[in-house]
Amino acid sequence: MARIGVFICHCGENIGGTVDCNKVAKSAESFDGVVFSTDYKYMCSDPGQTLIKQAIAEHKLTGVVVGACSPRMHEPTFRKTCSEAGVNGYMCEMANLREHCSWVHEKGEATTNKATDLVRMLVGKVKNNKPLSPIKVPVSKTALVIGGGIAGIQTSLDIANAGHKVVLIEKQPSIGGHMSQLSETFPTLDCSQCILTPRMVEVAQHPNIELITYAELESLDGFIGNFKARIRKKAKSIDEKLCTGCGMCTTKCPTKKIPGEFNEKLGNRTAIYVPFPQAVPNKPVIDKNNCTYYQKGKCRICEKFCPTQAIRFDQPDEIVERSIGAVVVATGFEVKGTDFFPEYGYGKYADVITGLQFERLASASGPTLGEIRRPSDGKIPEKIVFLACAGSRDPAKGIKYCSKICCMYTAKHAMLYKHKVHHGDAYVFYMDIRAAGKMYDEFTRRAIEEDEVKYIRGRVSRIYEKNGKLIVKGADTLLGAMPVEVEADMVVLATASVAHNDAADLAQKLHVSYDENNFFVEAHPKLKPVETNTAGIFLAGACQSPRDIPETVAMASGAASKILGLFSQNELTREPVVAVVNRAAPPLFSTCAGCFMCQSVCPYQAIEKEEIKNRAGETIKTVAKVNPGLCQGCGTCVAFCRSKSIDIQGFSNEQMVEEVFALLNND
Amino acid sequence: MSKNMSVAVYPGCSLNGSSREYMESLRAVLNALEIPVNEVDDWNCCGASAAHNIDQDMAVALPSRILAQTAKDGYSNLLVPCAACYNRLKHVQQEIKTSPEIRQKASVLLNQEINTPDTIVNILEYLQSTVMPRLEGKTLKPVSKKVACYYGCLLVRPKGISDEKQIEDPQGMDQIMASLGAEPVSWAFKTECCGAGFSVSNTTTVARLSSEILIDAADRGAEAIIVACPMCHSNLDMRRREIEKYSGRKFDIPVLYITQAIGLALGIPAKKLGLQRHFVPVKI
Repeated sequence: MARIGVFICHCGENIGGTVDCNKVAKSAESFDGVVFSTDYKYMCSDPGQTLIKQAIAEHKLTGVVVGACSPRMHEPTFRKTCSEAGVNGYMCEMANLREHCSWVHEKGEATTNKATDLVRMLVGKVKNNKPLSPIKVPVSKTALVIGGGIAGIQTSLDIANAGHKVVLIEKQPSIGGHMSQLSETFPTLDCSQCILTPRMVEVAQHPNIELITYAELESLDGFIGNFKARIRKKAKSIDEKLCTGCGMCTTKCPTKKIPGEFNEKLGNRTAIYVPFPQAVPNKPVIDKNNCTYYQKGKCRICEKFCPTQAIRFDQPDEIVERSIGAVVVATGFEVKGTDFFPEYGYGKYADVITGLQFERLASASGPTLGEIRRPSDGKIPEKIVFLACAGSRDPAKGIKYCSKICCMYTAKHAMLYKHKVHHGDAYVFYMDIRAAGKMYDEFTRRAIEEDEVKYIRGRVSRIYEKNGKLIVKGADTLLGAMPVEVEADMVVLATASVAHNDAADLAQKLHVSYDENNFFVEAHPKLKPVETNTAGIFLAGACQSPRDIPETVAMASGAASKILGLFSQNELTREPVVAVVNRAAPPLFSTCAGCFMCQSVCPYQAIEKEEIKNRAGETIKTVAKVNPGLCQGCGTCVAFCRSKSIDIQGFSNEQMVEEVFALLNND
Repeated sequence: MSKNMSVAVYPGCSLNGSSREYMESLRAVLNALEIPVNEVDDWNCCGASAAHNIDQDMAVALPSRILAQTAKDGYSNLLVPCAACYNRLKHVQQEIKTSPEIRQKASVLLNQEINTPDTIVNILEYLQSTVMPRLEGKTLKPVSKKVACYYGCLLVRPKGISDEKQIEDPQGMDQIMASLGAEPVSWAFKTECCGAGFSVSNTTTVARLSSEILIDAADRGAEAIIVACPMCHSNLDMRRREIEKYSGRKFDIPVLYITQAIGLALGIPAKKLGLQRHFVPVKI
């Protein structure tokens, strides 16, 4: 005979302010099977848990219903409490009186009645619960890192240095990401490439890191500890083993006028190309969309000149599979193009550029070798206007959020310009100067006070070209919105940082959440910043929200430490909420008829065929069997089973029906 | 053509007064293309810039009555050539569509049920959807001039009310003029304000703002400015003397309504298009 205890939590004012908890507890006393019922202000607190434990011992409880918050919040807490008191954790159920009741209804009798009903249902269910044990699964101690920018590099090195294997995949021909494009970094003005390239080389040479560039994730199946990643290695059209990276092919390639991605289209590259001289790996790929041979069927000049015969025009894409224990998503961000702003006239004006383009102009490895020369005619601009907010914090026309890095890099840009063109004038239009960070405010003050950058608080309504000058029209809101007009030679827009346009696709492949702006969503905004809601998948860097290098590196190391924690165990325990095909005594063996409809609908390939044999080894019957390691407990097979031979442990048909009956039989 | 397929026109006060040539040229063009012109029956003032600055009830009630008059006669489309009227009517249409309270209030004030036509179109939308397709195959007298298409501030704004996608750099008028054989200049003052209703109360401001517009158009070689708003026209045309005094420059650039430009391309006599009414002579 079931002996159920009911424990109603006030959650402070959260539930208690709306629901009469005492009344709910009193009503529960009369439910069939309930031998003890009480309420308490904070059931999850230490005294609250002690109360449950004491009641279990005193009243010899066999099952527990806690009416409190969402099971997402505290189910593990109360299951642990019960098992410590000697009741199997899976004999404990939670009635969600907060999210499902008190938070969404007004205070009143109806709300209290609903809370009582929710408890009634769970009491019905728990009477049919069976003790379950967690499932143990082995862990593949290899991490998959998606994205080879500074986030991916840092997290890969941290995991690899701790002795575990890493598969690092990068979409572009080289790792390095946006950081490799940057000139100098705030607030110290140290050269970005100087601090990054040694790490890139370390990644390439690390015995624990398998670096796969020019590759994208095709699919990810499985679950924490046991993922299967299928990776598409896009054809580079070269044999990497034979290629020595001598550069002969790129020198000879006749298609030389392709706007280069690394230089943000301010410089050209060839069709067979290495993105930049410090690229890792330093071997070329052929850009098929721009290669004369792929487009017109003639050329093959690179093949003719290659001293090691490494060119492979017929190379196909290759799909490789890796067993993975955990994943770090570090895919970064992109910036909006200046064509997003009709009022700033892109397309028409070559000298209105993005911040990322300015980085290339200021970089020693850039198209101007670090001299600030404007794109239209190569002249050194005498007057530059920087717009510190272009598209960010603009719910009407742009994006709602703050891109976070622009205030700092705009100050840096203005400073770099002043350091290179001493007599030049630099103006910055800004909304606010957001310089929260170590040495950050000092940095922006230095730009204003020492480098004499003219900061104007206000927005720019229009930029247009007149007589070879860019007329920047704005307002100075600190002078009563006085109109300001600057005749500039070049304008730099700190355009909004946004998620990659394929971020949502990747999120769907990985089954992780993404927000309205297509940034990936962390499991908890404060306490689980690097986890996702999918176990075993972690986030690092600007794919979660715009962030600067120090924050990205910290987050990357955070994700690495989570994975190292995971890899420190040989086995993982999983919730036993999985499907089970019933078994019966011979000669029936199972009510399963062996139609295998379940197998065809299972999204996780978790259903196998089991042959039941007699003593002579002859097959008597073939029935379905669920691999508990693969099953995710989605229940699709249960719905499809025609003979009702499958059930989900913890959510059996019987349990569900009892919940409904409890509600229907309510007098 | 049944009534609910055809379009009703709301001329508004300006098109009967200071900018009657706008209506004259619109009628002339539509007549030439055999498109019937159905004026909204017994229409009233939309409230213009005055009503919504003084009295919110009035600002809703006046346009509501116009919309109700249009709907009453079974028209589902309403053409509003005046940019300011268009802006007010479109605003109020949205308000009564989305707010039952405002609709109720207007209904009480006017003592009648308030219905609205499904769509309200401005002159550019109407020309592009209905007039331009009918010009295909017609022999046009090309307007071989460099023109500055001036949209002003009300025609394509505000976002959320206007259907224009590129509110900062609209293209509709440029496309129409290009298809008439003109060369639209790329210029910076397409949607800047001309001073609008300050024409009377603060003429100096109008002179300043309008002179910036004229200077940029002139510097980029425009031989005519094309407008679609009575206010823009009167400021750039009627206030030319003040503009020239303020800027110290002489301009002989005429200002034409888009409908006048189409009329010229169709070979309609200047007089029927009301070109003689302009202060700045239009030399064809």
